[in-house]
Order: sequence, then structure tokens, then C-alpha cells
Amino acid sequence: MPTKKDIQDLYFMDSRFKLLDIAAYLDRVDRHEGEADFRHPAFSKAVEAMLNPPTDKTRAQAVHLAFSDHSNEPAETAGLQGAYGAVPVKA
Amino acid sequence: MRYIEPHAHMVSRTTADYQAIAQVGCEALCEPAFWAGYDRASAQGFFDYYRQLTEYEPARATKFGIKHFCWLCINPKEAEDPVFAREVMALIPDFIDKPNVLGIGEIGLNKNTRNELAIFEEHVDLAKKFDRPILIHTPHLEDKLKGTRLIIDALKNANVDRKRVIIDHVEEHTAPLVLDEGFWAGMTLYPESKCSPARAIDILETFGMENIWMNSACDWGISDPLAVIKTALEMKKRAHSAEIVDKVIFGNPKEFLSQCPNFHLH
Repeated sequence: MPTKKDIQDLYFMDSRFKLLDIAAYLDRVDRHEGEADFRHPAFSKAVEAMLNPPTDKTRAQAVHLAFSDHSNEPAETAGLQGAYGAVPVKA
Repeated sequence: MRYIEPHAHMVSRTTADYQAIAQVGCEALCEPAFWAGYDRASAQGFFDYYRQLTEYEPARATKFGIKHFCWLCINPKEAEDPVFAREVMALIPDFIDKPNVLGIGEIGLNKNTRNELAIFEEHVDLAKKFDRPILIHTPHLEDKLKGTRLIIDALKNANVDRKRVIIDHVEEHTAPLVLDEGFWAGMTLYPESKCSPARAIDILETFGMENIWMNSACDWGISDPLAVIKTALEMKKRAHSAEIVDKVIFGNPKEFLSQCPNFHLH
């Protein structure tokens, strides 16, 4: 199996690139006018989850869980057919 | 490398895509019935679609030496109207014995509604009635965790043979839920959502190489019909042996699909 350094050799540059893309996205939201919706705090929560995952979860799992709907009952109607990527805040 | 593409929506791909996947070693391809990118206006639209899946696409694939198989159902996106869904499901018995039909799929949930769940359960009953395996779609993004849990609960209630059920589109948070319950798991390799090749390999390394397959689920959206073979190459970069790569991209799908009476490679 590859060593930690092998994994860095394979993925460091690509991950560095993607991290900068995330930083620039957050800057872009900050720079523009108007109010960000529920997706912005959800994103921040997911970043925090990635940095400090629960002891029994991987970082990727923690990010998924931060973005997930944790309710248990089926919905009454479909509403929007697609998905937002984060759970809308109910009024 | 030889491989089986276990999930692709070729009705929305070009013939050049068949050529491309044949050139990189695709021996067989499985096409679940799903949303066509628009809601069909009548059950007759599904009759035509089922003919496309059972007659036209197999002929198109054969020209490139690829065996084409399909799964039948009404997808969860169009199952929110139960009256319409049942009208479509009534067509399935007339097609279930066609020579390339594997079973019932891709059924599942989209927005995790009561109506979707009711139609999902009726599809499971249909699969049991005809003694066919089941291929299951799990919802996207924030809906995936809840949908996967609802699906697993429904399958437990239906007392299905778990080794004949594959729950698709798993990611890091749902793969252990599916595998720990004894179901098969599918990973979908998409450029913008679901799994990247690197993450799919992480899932294999974390949860094991058993009862799991990878697919491109290439369709009308941004997707890559060569995603499986690209991930196989990524596995080689990660020092996985040729035997392990062959198991994941050929052996595992062959093992699951061989439970379908109509699945034959030659």
C-alpha cells in the first residue's frame, strides 16, 4: 500500500488547488452584495466538521453529515424535484 | 482491462460512446430504467421506453461487441403520482421475460415522500413476485442519508434476500449502512457530485472490496462513460494489484448480476 508521502505525491497539488478554490468561493460570497441563504452557514458548519470530526467518523463522513437531512419521517410532498446540497431552514 | 459497466443510461448517449467504452474493454453494460430528463406525459411513453431498453439499445450495443442488459421500473422522480405510477407498473409483466431484462430497478426515493415510498414498496413486491433482483437509487445530496435509511427499513420489512439487492450511489456516510446490513453497494463516479475516482477508492480501502461495484451512471447530464476505467487506472496508481482491479470492475458485478436468470456474458 502507498505510504503517507506517496499519497501526498499523488494528491497534494490537486487538493491544494481545490482548497484555494474553496477559499476563493468564500471570498466571492463575501465580496458580493445581498444576503447569503441557508447554504452559507451550512458550508461553514461542514468546514468546521471537516476540521474537527467526531471520533467515530472520518472527515468526509463528518462533512456529509453536516449537509444531511437528519429527520426520520417521509415528506408529505416532493416540492422541489432536485436538491440544494444543504437542508433549507424552515420558516 | 476487461470490465462491466453496471449502470449507464445509454438512451441519452451517442453511438460514439458505445464505441469508446468497447475500445477500453467494456464487455457488458446494464441500463436501469430511469427519468429521461423530462416527465413523460403518459404510460404509453414508458411502453416506448421499455421497448427502447429491450429492443433498440441491445441492438446498438451488439454492433460493438457489448452485451446490453436492462432493469425495469418507474423511477422515483415520476412516482410521486401513485395512480400514474401504478399504470406504468402494470406494463412491466409484459416485458419482464424479455431476454435482456435483469430485474426491477432503479427504484428508490428522490425526495423521500410517502408516495415515493409506497411505490418503492410495491416495486419490491413485484420483484419478489417475479423472483428477480433489485437495483435501488438513493437520493441526492442532503436527502441521501434519510433516503437510504428509509429504503433499508422498507427492505427489512419486506424480508427480501439482501444478497439480491444492490443499493446504488453510496458515499462515505451511507456505504457502511448498506454493507453492514448485508446488501450490495454501488458507487457512482460523477464529475460534479457523488464520488470522484479518488474517493471511490478511499471507500473501497475503508470498507473492503466485497459486495461493491463502481459505475459511471452516464446519462444526459455532466457525466463520463469512461469513468469506471479511469478509476481502475487510478487504482493502479494507488498500487492495487491487477487482480484486485479486475475483481472490482469485472468480478464483483459479474457475481451480483449472475443472480439474474438472463445475465450471460457469452
